[in-house]
Amino acid sequence: MGLKRNVSLAKGLRYKGQGPMLTFVLHRLGGLAMGIFVTTHILSSFVGGDVGKFFNDMYTNWLFQVVMFFLILFHAVNGLRITILDLWPGLLDHTREAIWIEWAVFIPVYGLALFAIVTSALGG
Amino acid sequence: MASKPRTLPLNKRGMNFEMFMWIITRLTALAMYGLILIAIIGALIMGARNQMNIADVLRWGFMPNAGHVQSVPLENAEAWATPFWRWVGSALLLVAVGHGVHGLVVIADDYIVSERGRGVVRFISIVMMIGMSIIGLYVLWTA
Repeated sequence: MGLKRNVSLAKGLRYKGQGPMLTFVLHRLGGLAMGIFVTTHILSSFVGGDVGKFFNDMYTNWLFQVVMFFLILFHAVNGLRITILDLWPGLLDHTREAIWIEWAVFIPVYGLALFAIVTSALGG
Repeated sequence: MASKPRTLPLNKRGMNFEMFMWIITRLTALAMYGLILIAIIGALIMGARNQMNIADVLRWGFMPNAGHVQSVPLENAEAWATPFWRWVGSALLLVAVGHGVHGLVVIADDYIVSERGRGVVRFISIVMMIGMSIIGLYVLWTA
Protein backbone atom coordinates (compact mmCIF):
# COMPACT_ATOMS: atom_id res chain seq x y z
CA MET A 1 0.00 0.00 0.00
CA GLY A 2 2.10 2.81 -1.28
CA LEU A 3 1.38 6.37 -0.33
CA LYS A 4 0.11 8.49 -3.26
CA ARG A 5 0.56 12.23 -3.41
CA ASN A 6 -0.72 13.67 -6.67
CA VAL A 7 1.11 16.95 -6.38
CA SER A 8 3.58 17.97 -9.08
CA LEU A 9 6.88 19.68 -8.26
CA ALA A 10 5.71 22.90 -9.96
CA LYS A 11 2.58 22.97 -7.81
CA GLY A 12 4.63 22.24 -4.71
CA LEU A 13 6.89 25.21 -5.45
CA ARG A 14 3.86 27.53 -5.81
CA TYR A 15 2.61 26.52 -2.34
CA LYS A 16 2.31 29.62 -0.17
CA GLY A 17 3.40 28.26 3.19
CA GLN A 18 4.98 31.54 4.36
CA GLY A 19 7.17 31.58 7.49
CA PRO A 20 6.59 28.03 8.72
CA MET A 21 7.16 26.63 5.22
CA LEU A 22 10.42 28.58 4.92
CA THR A 23 11.68 27.14 8.22
CA PHE A 24 10.63 23.66 7.05
CA VAL A 25 12.60 23.97 3.79
CA LEU A 26 15.67 25.47 5.48
CA HIS A 27 15.58 22.85 8.24
CA ARG A 28 15.47 20.09 5.65
CA LEU A 29 18.26 21.63 3.55
CA GLY A 30 20.40 22.06 6.68
CA GLY A 31 19.83 18.48 7.75
CA LEU A 32 20.77 17.17 4.31
CA ALA A 33 23.84 19.41 4.11
CA MET A 34 24.99 18.33 7.57
CA GLY A 35 24.46 14.65 6.73
CA ILE A 36 26.64 14.98 3.64
CA PHE A 37 29.22 17.17 5.39
CA VAL A 38 29.64 14.98 8.48
CA THR A 39 29.76 11.77 6.41
CA THR A 40 32.43 13.07 4.02
CA HIS A 41 34.32 14.69 6.91
CA ILE A 42 34.52 11.43 8.91
CA LEU A 43 35.45 9.46 5.79
CA SER A 44 38.12 11.95 4.69
CA SER A 45 39.76 12.00 8.12
CA PHE A 46 39.64 8.19 8.08
CA VAL A 47 41.18 7.93 4.59
CA GLY A 48 43.60 10.86 4.96
CA GLY A 49 46.22 11.55 2.29
CA ASP A 50 45.40 13.57 -0.83
CA VAL A 51 41.68 12.89 -0.57
CA GLY A 52 41.62 14.09 3.03
CA LYS A 53 43.58 17.19 2.09
CA PHE A 54 41.19 17.99 -0.77
CA PHE A 55 38.16 17.86 1.56
CA ASN A 56 39.90 19.72 4.39
CA ASP A 57 40.85 22.52 1.97
CA MET A 58 37.20 22.73 0.97
CA TYR A 59 36.02 22.86 4.60
CA THR A 60 38.42 25.66 5.49
CA ASN A 61 37.33 27.75 2.47
CA TRP A 62 35.48 30.79 3.82
CA LEU A 63 32.69 30.61 1.20
CA PHE A 64 31.94 27.02 2.24
CA GLN A 65 31.83 28.15 5.88
CA VAL A 66 29.50 31.08 5.18
CA VAL A 67 26.95 28.68 3.63
CA MET A 68 27.44 25.81 6.09
CA PHE A 69 27.23 28.04 9.18
CA PHE A 70 23.95 29.46 7.90
CA LEU A 71 22.49 25.98 7.38
CA ILE A 72 23.88 24.42 10.58
CA LEU A 73 23.03 27.29 12.93
CA PHE A 74 19.56 27.58 11.43
CA HIS A 75 19.04 23.83 11.86
CA ALA A 76 20.18 24.10 15.49
CA VAL A 77 18.02 27.12 16.39
CA ASN A 78 14.99 25.85 14.47
CA GLY A 79 15.42 22.41 15.98
CA LEU A 80 15.35 23.90 19.47
CA ARG A 81 12.12 25.74 18.56
CA ILE A 82 10.56 22.49 17.29
CA THR A 83 11.71 20.59 20.38
CA ILE A 84 10.34 23.16 22.83
CA LEU A 85 6.99 23.45 21.04
CA ASP A 86 6.58 19.69 20.65
CA LEU A 87 7.49 18.87 24.24
CA TRP A 88 5.05 21.55 25.49
CA PRO A 89 2.24 21.16 22.92
CA GLY A 90 0.22 23.96 24.49
CA LEU A 91 2.69 26.35 22.86
CA LEU A 92 1.91 25.08 19.34
CA ASP A 93 -0.81 27.73 19.02
CA HIS A 94 1.98 30.32 19.01
CA THR A 95 4.09 28.76 16.24
CA ARG A 96 4.31 31.98 14.20
CA GLU A 97 5.34 34.07 17.21
CA ALA A 98 7.90 31.39 18.07
CA ILE A 99 9.30 31.67 14.54
CA TRP A 100 9.75 35.43 14.96
CA ILE A 101 11.63 34.80 18.23
CA GLU A 102 13.66 32.18 16.40
CA TRP A 103 14.79 34.71 13.76
CA ALA A 104 15.58 37.19 16.55
CA VAL A 105 17.91 34.57 18.03
CA PHE A 106 19.30 33.29 14.75
CA ILE A 107 20.22 36.63 13.13
CA PRO A 108 22.60 37.81 15.92
CA VAL A 109 24.13 34.33 16.30
CA TYR A 110 24.72 33.93 12.57
CA GLY A 111 25.82 37.56 12.35
CA LEU A 112 28.53 36.86 14.93
CA ALA A 113 29.67 33.77 13.00
CA LEU A 114 29.60 35.69 9.71
CA PHE A 115 31.63 38.52 11.26
CA ALA A 116 34.26 36.05 12.54
CA ILE A 117 34.46 34.18 9.21
CA VAL A 118 34.66 37.28 7.01
CA THR A 119 37.16 39.19 9.17
CA SER A 120 39.48 36.17 9.31
CA ALA A 121 39.06 35.67 5.54
CA LEU A 122 39.97 39.32 4.86
CA GLY A 123 42.59 39.87 7.55
CA GLY A 124 44.05 36.39 7.94
CA MET B 1 -9.54 33.38 17.62
CA ALA B 2 -7.96 30.81 19.91
CA SER B 3 -8.25 27.29 18.59
CA LYS B 4 -8.97 24.41 20.91
CA PRO B 5 -5.97 22.17 21.60
CA ARG B 6 -6.08 19.19 19.28
CA THR B 7 -3.26 17.30 20.92
CA LEU B 8 -3.85 14.06 22.76
CA PRO B 9 -2.08 13.50 26.07
CA LEU B 10 0.99 11.30 25.76
CA ASN B 11 -0.59 8.24 27.42
CA LYS B 12 -3.45 8.19 24.86
CA ARG B 13 -1.32 8.49 21.74
CA GLY B 14 -0.07 4.93 21.66
CA MET B 15 3.48 3.98 20.81
CA ASN B 16 4.99 2.55 17.64
CA PHE B 17 8.43 2.82 16.06
CA GLU B 18 7.68 6.14 14.30
CA MET B 19 6.30 7.69 17.50
CA PHE B 20 9.32 6.41 19.42
CA MET B 21 11.73 7.93 16.87
CA TRP B 22 9.72 11.17 16.86
CA ILE B 23 10.44 11.53 20.59
CA ILE B 24 14.04 10.29 20.23
CA THR B 25 14.69 12.93 17.54
CA ARG B 26 13.65 15.69 19.95
CA LEU B 27 15.47 14.23 22.96
CA THR B 28 18.69 13.71 20.96
CA ALA B 29 18.48 17.35 19.84
CA LEU B 30 18.48 18.36 23.52
CA ALA B 31 21.28 15.88 24.24
CA MET B 32 23.43 17.39 21.49
CA TYR B 33 22.87 20.87 22.95
CA GLY B 34 23.97 19.49 26.33
CA LEU B 35 27.08 17.74 24.98
CA ILE B 36 28.13 20.79 22.93
CA LEU B 37 27.67 22.95 26.05
CA ILE B 38 29.86 20.51 28.06
CA ALA B 39 32.55 20.71 25.36
CA ILE B 40 32.51 24.53 25.23
CA ILE B 41 32.52 24.90 29.04
CA GLY B 42 35.34 22.34 29.21
CA ALA B 43 37.31 24.29 26.61
CA LEU B 44 36.90 27.49 28.64
CA ILE B 45 38.05 25.70 31.82
CA MET B 46 41.09 24.30 29.97
CA GLY B 47 42.15 27.81 29.00
CA ALA B 48 40.39 28.56 25.72
CA ARG B 49 39.90 32.18 26.77
CA ASN B 50 43.60 32.90 26.34
CA GLN B 51 44.63 30.38 23.73
CA MET B 52 41.81 30.14 21.16
CA ASN B 53 39.55 32.23 18.94
CA ILE B 54 35.81 31.66 18.52
CA ALA B 55 36.24 29.46 15.42
CA ASP B 56 38.54 27.07 17.30
CA VAL B 57 36.12 26.92 20.25
CA LEU B 58 33.16 26.18 17.97
CA ARG B 59 35.07 23.53 16.02
CA TRP B 60 35.88 21.88 19.35
CA GLY B 61 32.29 22.38 20.54
CA PHE B 62 30.73 20.61 17.56
CA MET B 63 33.06 17.63 18.10
CA PRO B 64 35.50 17.56 21.06
CA ASN B 65 38.20 15.65 19.20
CA ALA B 66 41.87 16.51 19.73
CA GLY B 67 42.36 16.69 15.94
CA HIS B 68 40.07 19.71 15.91
CA VAL B 69 42.50 21.77 18.00
CA GLN B 70 45.79 20.50 16.57
CA SER B 71 46.30 23.79 14.70
CA VAL B 72 46.05 25.72 18.00
CA PRO B 73 49.23 26.30 20.05
CA LEU B 74 47.94 24.87 23.35
CA GLU B 75 49.83 24.99 26.64
CA ASN B 76 48.48 21.62 27.84
CA ALA B 77 47.69 19.65 24.67
CA GLU B 78 47.32 16.32 26.52
CA ALA B 79 44.38 17.66 28.56
CA TRP B 80 42.41 17.91 25.30
CA ALA B 81 42.93 14.23 24.37
CA THR B 82 41.87 12.52 27.61
CA PRO B 83 39.51 9.50 27.65
CA PHE B 84 36.85 11.82 29.08
CA TRP B 85 36.81 13.90 25.88
CA ARG B 86 36.89 10.75 23.74
CA TRP B 87 33.80 9.51 25.59
CA VAL B 88 32.04 12.86 25.18
CA GLY B 89 32.96 12.79 21.48
CA SER B 90 31.74 9.19 21.14
CA ALA B 91 28.43 10.04 22.80
CA LEU B 92 28.01 13.06 20.54
CA LEU B 93 28.85 10.97 17.46
CA LEU B 94 26.38 8.17 18.27
CA VAL B 95 23.59 10.56 19.23
CA ALA B 96 24.17 12.61 16.06
CA VAL B 97 24.28 9.53 13.80
CA GLY B 98 21.00 8.24 15.25
CA HIS B 99 19.34 11.65 14.91
CA GLY B 100 20.76 12.29 11.45
CA VAL B 101 20.17 8.94 9.80
CA HIS B 102 16.56 8.88 10.95
CA GLY B 103 16.20 12.44 9.66
CA LEU B 104 17.50 11.40 6.24
CA VAL B 105 15.07 8.45 6.21
CA VAL B 106 12.19 10.84 6.97
CA ILE B 107 13.27 13.10 4.09
CA ALA B 108 13.61 10.13 1.71
CA ASP B 109 10.15 8.86 2.71
CA ASP B 110 8.65 12.15 1.53
CA TYR B 111 9.91 11.55 -2.00
CA ILE B 112 10.22 7.76 -2.28
CA VAL B 113 6.75 6.33 -1.80
CA SER B 114 6.95 2.74 -3.09
CA GLU B 115 7.16 -0.03 -0.53
CA ARG B 116 10.22 -1.46 -2.27
CA GLY B 117 12.02 1.88 -2.55
CA ARG B 118 11.50 2.57 1.14
CA GLY B 119 12.85 -0.88 1.95
CA VAL B 120 15.99 -0.15 -0.06
CA VAL B 121 16.39 3.24 1.70
CA ARG B 122 16.05 1.58 5.11
CA PHE B 123 18.62 -1.08 4.25
CA ILE B 124 21.14 1.50 2.99
CA SER B 125 20.46 3.66 6.07
CA ILE B 126 21.11 0.83 8.51
CA VAL B 127 24.35 -0.08 6.72
CA MET B 128 25.41 3.59 6.72
CA MET B 129 24.47 4.02 10.38
CA ILE B 130 26.53 1.05 11.57
CA GLY B 131 29.41 1.77 9.16
CA MET B 132 29.72 5.47 9.98
CA SER B 133 29.46 4.81 13.73
CA ILE B 134 32.32 2.32 13.60
CA ILE B 135 34.52 4.50 11.34
CA GLY B 136 33.76 7.58 13.46
CA LEU B 137 34.62 5.80 16.71
CA TYR B 138 37.84 4.50 15.12
CA VAL B 139 38.84 8.05 14.11
CA LEU B 140 37.95 9.43 17.55
CA TRP B 141 39.91 6.84 19.54
CA THR B 142 43.00 6.66 17.30
CA ALA B 143 43.40 10.37 16.44
